[in-house]
Amino acid sequence: MNTISQQAVAATSAKRKLPSELNILLVLIGISLTFELLGWILQGQSFLLNPQRLSIMILQVSVIGIIAIGVTQVIISGGIDLSSGSIVGATAMIAMSFAQIGTFERALYPGLTDLPVVIPVAIGLIVGVLCGAINGALIAYTRIPPFIATLGMMVTARGFAKWYTKGQPISFPTDSFAALGKGMMPVVIFLIVAVIMHVVLRYTRYGKFTYAIGANAHAARVTGINVERHTVKIYAVAGLLSALAGIVVAARGLTAQAGMGQMYELDAIAMAVIGGVSLSGGRGSVLGTCIGMVIFGVIISGFTFLRLDAYYQEMLKGLIIVAAVVADMYRQKKRVKRS
Amino acid sequence: MVSQATASAIKRMNERTEIDGLLALEGIRKEFPGVLALDNVQLRIRKGSVHALMGENGAGKSTLMKIIAGIYQPDAGEIRLRGEPVTLKSPLDALEQGIAMIHQELQLMNWMTIAENIWIRREPRNRFGLIDHGKMAEMTRALFARLNLSLDPDTQVSELTVAQKQMVEIARAVSYESRILIMDEPTSALTEREVEHLFAIIRDLKARDIGIIYITHKMNELFEIADEFTVFRDGKYIGTHSSKDVTRDDIIRMMVGREITNMFPKIDCAIGDVILDVKNLTIPGVFHDISFSLRRGEILGLAGLVGAKRSNVAEALFGVTPADSGQILIDNKPVTIKSPNEAMAHGMAFLTEDRKETGCFLTLDCLENIQSALITRSHVKAGFVDQKRVTELAEGMAKKLRVKTPNLHEIVENLSGGNQQKLLIARWLLTKPRILILDEPTRGIDVGAKSEIHRLITGLAAEGVAVLMISSELPEVLGMSDRIMVMQEGRVSGFLDRAEADQIKIMDLAAR
Repeated sequence: MNTISQQAVAATSAKRKLPSELNILLVLIGISLTFELLGWILQGQSFLLNPQRLSIMILQVSVIGIIAIGVTQVIISGGIDLSSGSIVGATAMIAMSFAQIGTFERALYPGLTDLPVVIPVAIGLIVGVLCGAINGALIAYTRIPPFIATLGMMVTARGFAKWYTKGQPISFPTDSFAALGKGMMPVVIFLIVAVIMHVVLRYTRYGKFTYAIGANAHAARVTGINVERHTVKIYAVAGLLSALAGIVVAARGLTAQAGMGQMYELDAIAMAVIGGVSLSGGRGSVLGTCIGMVIFGVIISGFTFLRLDAYYQEMLKGLIIVAAVVADMYRQKKRVKRS
Repeated sequence: MVSQATASAIKRMNERTEIDGLLALEGIRKEFPGVLALDNVQLRIRKGSVHALMGENGAGKSTLMKIIAGIYQPDAGEIRLRGEPVTLKSPLDALEQGIAMIHQELQLMNWMTIAENIWIRREPRNRFGLIDHGKMAEMTRALFARLNLSLDPDTQVSELTVAQKQMVEIARAVSYESRILIMDEPTSALTEREVEHLFAIIRDLKARDIGIIYITHKMNELFEIADEFTVFRDGKYIGTHSSKDVTRDDIIRMMVGREITNMFPKIDCAIGDVILDVKNLTIPGVFHDISFSLRRGEILGLAGLVGAKRSNVAEALFGVTPADSGQILIDNKPVTIKSPNEAMAHGMAFLTEDRKETGCFLTLDCLENIQSALITRSHVKAGFVDQKRVTELAEGMAKKLRVKTPNLHEIVENLSGGNQQKLLIARWLLTKPRILILDEPTRGIDVGAKSEIHRLITGLAAEGVAVLMISSELPEVLGMSDRIMVMQEGRVSGFLDRAEADQIKIMDLAAR
């Protein structure tokens, strides 16, 4: 115990310590500078001073970033969500099927073409919320582990996406639907989602309950939190954001395929974990996940920039995810020792 | 032929073995952060005898057993096995040296068969190096024949009753040719008939010269099965006696002779109307027919030994695990409490027993920890927490309780146990409870913080809060309570008034 705490000074000062996200930001800067240096040595050009490369990089990660924001709150609550990628596939198909233009004669629902954009979006989001709520209800009320419940949803939702058109892609969306994926729109949507979730996790009861459940579910129950009901909400929100990502992906590609979003769940989890969200729950922030997302983007874009083989990229990505989890475990251990 | 020197060495060793018996512990000391669990403790076990260990909760029995079983290493002291000094590095090491422990929580692998459980790591192999299940079953049957057990070796352990699982554990210990068997409250989950069977087996083991260390809270068992017993109190050795030479009262006196060193600042205050009335609260198999009433301004102490199920009653009252039958009346009106939130709506608050497991959000800061109960019921508009107001309230309460932390943004796992406890009390006081349930409010915290918490509890009672205080520390119960309810194995065994209560009377009601 230090001298400050020895004195009977009661808590008054509201001064915060340096945010823990600072460490992750330093990692980001370190990695960026490494690529910058390698860029000059190996390619004879700058890595960072290329606005086009940076905007492509952000665009690449922002769709998965939307999912990562939802996954962040799931992991903070002590859970995990493996179904996000499949929900992307399922909702991309469903939303697209209600967004087709009337001039396309082989539309899936010929009577339901040229609908206003809110309809396919709303249907897609509702399906996402339902999938998430099923995840949450299974976890909360049957007590099966989140890993298994969301694994089941992962397989089921993917199967549904394939069954929906018997494997055929769905194309020709209305212009207003396609606008959702145009240009930098995915980045804008990501930023809106991130800001909202940041505020929700920090200033609302929903956020406080989420952290409390992840920190100690039993204590949360004893303080009067309805842990089961809140768990359903958390997974429903994650499903909502996966669906949003699905809509954006479909809109951007002007077509929806059943295989869309494959492995997105793992990239999203990786972004959160790299951003300091603890897999044991109760710790992490949207800001951290955002930095984790950028780190993720910088690494992929950096490898491409250095003309590293795509196979190496994938293998290295695996290593980085494991390293982030090891770092989290190490931090955890240090804490246990100290207390 | 052996040399003179060797012969005399052997002679000396035999002599020492005579004195030591089977197992001897000398000057054992074990310290945990902040607690001296064992202070210069001794114990001698003779072969072919049952040696009971007695003592209140926290007397140090379990710690000593864990040292003998190789789970903990002592900080100082000597362990001699048949006269030879030994170190027991791990449970496996202890097992290989002939010491086996039957834990209270049985440690069998539920989805494997009896035979597989017994012979794990030592399975007989056939000539291909694969496990020979036939031979294993045969070996098990032979073992069971020695112990007069009639169980099918191929039964899955998950299908056995608690008593049968215990038999399997004992058989496993015997299969290791264990010379010493430690049993930690083996009868706590057994029926009368199963206890009889267990005792028959224990007598049989005795006849095979095995030394048995038997931890129990039950007096009648002590007289029925034990040859000798040793009493511990507050981590200190009190004495060893033959169970034939003593009476029940003698043992209770040895167990409770704890000095009352702390000052308890109990203020006498006016006791008001009955606020909480509990009638025949029951969860079959856990606790039965719990009835009591609690008045405004009253502190009702709830005493009992481990296994009395006091915490379960508290959890039932607060809706964590609602009771199956019985009635709860608040202000003379029957209420149903199915969740903590409903209990809070009736003005109840519950400080749980285990700060780390069920109290604190260790990864979150002090502010979040203090406000968590408050914001489940108020100070939230359109989903947003009225953080400015709540922070003011939390800071005010932290100041009042003198929580020592640089500021409320400190992560709780960095705080001392006493400060964590104060935070949890602050959490509940913010909800302005009328009925406060405290489960071991001062366990594991330093003396200074302890007396501060005691002063706080009395102050709350003086303000008219009704307090139900579970405590395993008799001086605390005696010092703080207006009335004491004693529980024993899931039943209320009696009430004592402040004026008449003393340690012996409480222990008399708590132990059978």
